[in-house]
Amino acid sequence: MPEEIAIEVNGRRVRVAPGMSVAASLFQAGEFHFRSSITGEPRAALCGMGICFECRVTIDGRAHSRSCQIEARDGMVIHTL
Amino acid sequence: MTACSYDAVVVGAGIVGTACARELADAGLRVALCDQNVYTGGGATAAGMGHLAVMDDSEAQFALTSYSQALWHELAVELPPAAEYLPCGALWVAADQEELDQAQRKCAFYRVRNVPAEMLDAPQLAEAEPKLRAGLAGGLLLPADSVCYPPSATDYLARRVTETGGSLFLGARVNAVSEDGVGFHDGTRVSAGVTVLATGAANLTPGIAVHPRKGHLAITDRYPGFVRHQLIELGYLKNAHSTTADSVAFNVQPRKTGQILIGSSRQFGVDDGSTEAPMLAKMLARVIEYMPSIRNLSMIRTWTGFRAATPDNLPLIGVCPGYKKVYLATGHEGLGISTSLATARLLADEILGRVSAIARAPYEATRRFVLHA
Repeated sequence: MPEEIAIEVNGRRVRVAPGMSVAASLFQAGEFHFRSSITGEPRAALCGMGICFECRVTIDGRAHSRSCQIEARDGMVIHTL
Repeated sequence: MTACSYDAVVVGAGIVGTACARELADAGLRVALCDQNVYTGGGATAAGMGHLAVMDDSEAQFALTSYSQALWHELAVELPPAAEYLPCGALWVAADQEELDQAQRKCAFYRVRNVPAEMLDAPQLAEAEPKLRAGLAGGLLLPADSVCYPPSATDYLARRVTETGGSLFLGARVNAVSEDGVGFHDGTRVSAGVTVLATGAANLTPGIAVHPRKGHLAITDRYPGFVRHQLIELGYLKNAHSTTADSVAFNVQPRKTGQILIGSSRQFGVDDGSTEAPMLAKMLARVIEYMPSIRNLSMIRTWTGFRAATPDNLPLIGVCPGYKKVYLATGHEGLGISTSLATARLLADEILGRVSAIARAPYEATRRFVLHA
């Protein structure tokens, strides 16, 4: 297993440990605004177990992916907001 | 609740009941509006799609839907944002040449009756709705169709009742109907000059030929722009109009929120309201057939509802068989939202002795089949 993998977060290359969730990777990368609520309020991972849907981001072009339930993979492209 | 007297009592605060209540209140009547739920629009109204359509299945259906659409266009300017009125137009999708020929006949029907209608060829269809699969034959665009969020519309319509000195009785289930009003399950009564029953598939008067027709719907998360028009397959007409067999049809709708409402299914003889995985799977497979990439979207909720179906696919609007001062406004099947405003206007015309803008006879509740033997 490689010691680090590289993902792309909003166009920025970020290195994270293998086995981390996308949500944890985003926090580690300093991203705390995952998406915006209907009224425009910032949202980020809350429950961490796939129930609250607050952690949704776009992963490899797929909108509304629950980042807390998806493992970060090398080369993954993530967009928040 | 104490016994009170009103000019009219309307039972059922769905889109049809609230529209009737508003129409009667606007005519100067003091109205009582009741519903078994503690909010308005919680029955079939909340379960439906909210497509405000003009239909061409029969002259009577056309007359009612086009009259109602004109009334919706008038109301739209005053609806609150929560009603999510969206003038997106409807696109009937033709899969093959046979359906395209059918679309052309529909187009001619609408045009001769001054309803805007436009034929799209295959490239124009693809441009109008890029997520549809390749290889479809074309479509029929009805730009004047629109969509709304019906429960919020009922909330708005019901306000007129209290504004004009009437009352809302919510959480109040009616279990007795008579010529001089209704009785609630807790034993209290409301007496009224006329009684209007707008209870959808739930019959309060025995022997009326209205039957529940179950439907499933699903809704996705927000994907703005994924779908642009109310989309319906032309096969819908073959599928939806059988009065006995179960059916599914490709029918999706863009919501103002960016969500996509996905339908539809029709089942007879099922009174259990739970969602059925096999029916849902069949419905979604049909939708994916027309719009393959919809499978990548996140579906956040599924539910069911019961349409009030009649043997001739026309609603029952008018005095109830066997009564003099009890009226029916039900049997709208899948067109209750579309035809609610015209239904209310026609019913108020009958109650108040006014002349109507269109003939009322095709919808009379006393027409031949209505009472079972």
